[in-house]
Amino acid sequence: MFILDEEQQDLVDAVRDFANRQLAPHAVEWDQAKFFPVDVLREAGGLGLGAIYAHEDVGGSGLTRSDAALIFEELARGDTTIAAYISIHNMVVWMIDRFGTDEQRRRWIPPLATMEQLGSYCLTEPDAGSDAAALRTTAILDGDHYLLNGVKQFISGAGASSVYLVMARTGEPGPHGITAFVVPAGTPGLSFGQNERKMGWNAQPTRQVILENVRVPVNHRLGEEGGGFVIAMKGLDGGRLNMAACSLGGAQWALERTVAHLRTRTAFGGPLIDQQALLFQLADMATELEAARSLLRHAASSLDRGDADAVSLCAMAKRFVTDVSFTAANTALQLHGGYGYLADYGIEKVVRDLRVHQILEGTNEIMRLIVGRAIVEDAQ
Amino acid sequence: MKIVVLVKQVPDTWGARRLNLDTGWLDRGGSEAVIDEIDERALEAALAYQDSNDAEVVALTMGPDSAKDMLRKSLAMGADSAVHILDSRLAGADLAWTARVIAAALTKLGYDLVIAGNESTDGRGGVLPALVAEHLGVPLASYLDSVAITADSIAGERSTELGTMSVRAPLPAVISVTERTAEARFPNFKGILRAKKKPVTVWSLDDLGADAAASPVRSVVLATSERPARSAGTQIVDDGTAGVELAEFLAARHLI
Ligand SMILES: Cc1cc2nc3c(=O)[nH]c(=O)nc-3n(C[C@H](O)[C@H](O)[C@H](O)COP(=O)(O)OP(=O)(O)OC[C@H]3O[C@@H](n4cnc5c(N)ncnc54)[C@H](O)[C@@H]3O)c2cc1C
Repeated sequence: MFILDEEQQDLVDAVRDFANRQLAPHAVEWDQAKFFPVDVLREAGGLGLGAIYAHEDVGGSGLTRSDAALIFEELARGDTTIAAYISIHNMVVWMIDRFGTDEQRRRWIPPLATMEQLGSYCLTEPDAGSDAAALRTTAILDGDHYLLNGVKQFISGAGASSVYLVMARTGEPGPHGITAFVVPAGTPGLSFGQNERKMGWNAQPTRQVILENVRVPVNHRLGEEGGGFVIAMKGLDGGRLNMAACSLGGAQWALERTVAHLRTRTAFGGPLIDQQALLFQLADMATELEAARSLLRHAASSLDRGDADAVSLCAMAKRFVTDVSFTAANTALQLHGGYGYLADYGIEKVVRDLRVHQILEGTNEIMRLIVGRAIVEDAQ
Repeated sequence: MKIVVLVKQVPDTWGARRLNLDTGWLDRGGSEAVIDEIDERALEAALAYQDSNDAEVVALTMGPDSAKDMLRKSLAMGADSAVHILDSRLAGADLAWTARVIAAALTKLGYDLVIAGNESTDGRGGVLPALVAEHLGVPLASYLDSVAITADSIAGERSTELGTMSVRAPLPAVISVTERTAEARFPNFKGILRAKKKPVTVWSLDDLGADAAASPVRSVVLATSERPARSAGTQIVDDGTAGVELAEFLAARHLI
């Protein structure tokens, strides 16, 4: 059912080549040094990773969500953090490509597609995370400009990005009063908090984005007034698939490392792989990851087709894949013994990185909310 | 200008490479088959010229069916079309026969410039470009460390034991490049998608005429044996005195 066609195989091969050469050898070092490798991101842009599912007329690669799921799984085998950032960047690019005017698309996307410029997605606020529709950043129309004020919390890439896609309130409380804006770096009044110290995702910055009387021309508004929440949520459908794929790639890599480790590690007179208790754990990991992969690819193809239940399937995939992948990575750490806890083996990094995929782009509780509401709605 | 790049599918140098001890041929199932890195550089030399000049780049290979994957990569990198010489009679062909067949294909295809890697990472004969040039009766500039292509000539530098030679030749010509030439570009997604629509021509020996198809004098492998496992050797762990130990080791063997 999920046999890759020749073209997809070639795409995956190209990504593997890139991940092996440009990401994997540095992943631990970047994590330890909290280094965001913007130069390598430019190379990723050269490969076509900057605008994976944006249209070709603005420099996009014109691929599908199904292709993206394969690409992010492979990329994450090299470095989960960098793969995840590239996903966020792509979310921003897709939103501009899908909801922007031709003029906006042509202005913003080409440098994002090459990753000469990076993008950040700014929805969460200090007091509005899961309940994003309660956001309080305001945008007030003043002549031919909007005046933006507020604080965005946990923004990936902030400080390094050139383009900030900011959701702000232009009208009534709740989701229908929210509008999306493109705010370029360097706009007066735009500043950033300190780089947050965090458990994982260390190779990419996470900062507050602070907007104090930031003026942007009306033509920086994406879509209509009041349409911003829908745009933000649609962006997340694809983002969630990618986060799932990033978890899967990290966990699959950890599983393979564990098999290799147990084959060579001896204890009690033989290689550890001969301990059936451990072999069964490997079997469970492999089974769960394969089930996760099937669900992920199913959800991706449903988003490609625009099926009515795509949103729910994306939420299911995000919840299930990030959960089983985290568990598998954590088991991989356990089966490595003390070595799993050492940074040099790369396993503990994957565990730390994957942990946040259960929290962001909608927590896994919120995924259950989406799925649960959909089944109740279906039943009516 | 029509540039034909000779590309070869070889076992990945990252993996263990083995011979089939019965046939003496390469065990192709033993490791992943990839385009030879040196041929990627040959292709890069052609594509770099094409980037700013009017040129048609054709990737040509002789090899088994699986070589089509490697041709697709050449197309993804930027070659305009590919030619695959595919014929089961050619399995195990030696250098002399391979050169005859490739020369026949080049004659049929037409070319202004032929670019090859200096030597393949599996066979390592290093003479195929010269044999091909001889058959074609055109100049050969082999082992070039740098390449400059103009509309009617090629020039470049080759290293010798004593220094550097600057060589040049009018086109048509055959050249081979070393790993000092520019590193090859990555194929990008757009290239990969475009590759599918580019033409790949498959020729058998029959398509190449009697000269290539005729059974020539050829070398065959009579016997092979596995290289003995390397013995342990001396290991020096550096505790601050490794330099002295190394010097003593060499001095004891009268090497310094
Ligand atoms: C490293 C990192 C990077 C991030 N990057 C970005 C970014 O680039 N852009 C961006 O906009 N945001 C980003 N985020 C923010 C992220 O999306 C939010 O943290 C997430 O949505 C959760 O919001 P919160 O932290 O406010 O938690 P809260 O909403 O306060 O939730 C706390 C807990 O309550 C649960 N909960 C809340 N509501 C319900 C409910 N109705 N039913 C059941 N359980 C519920 C949650 O699941 C969670 O377990 C990032 C976060 C992190 C940690």
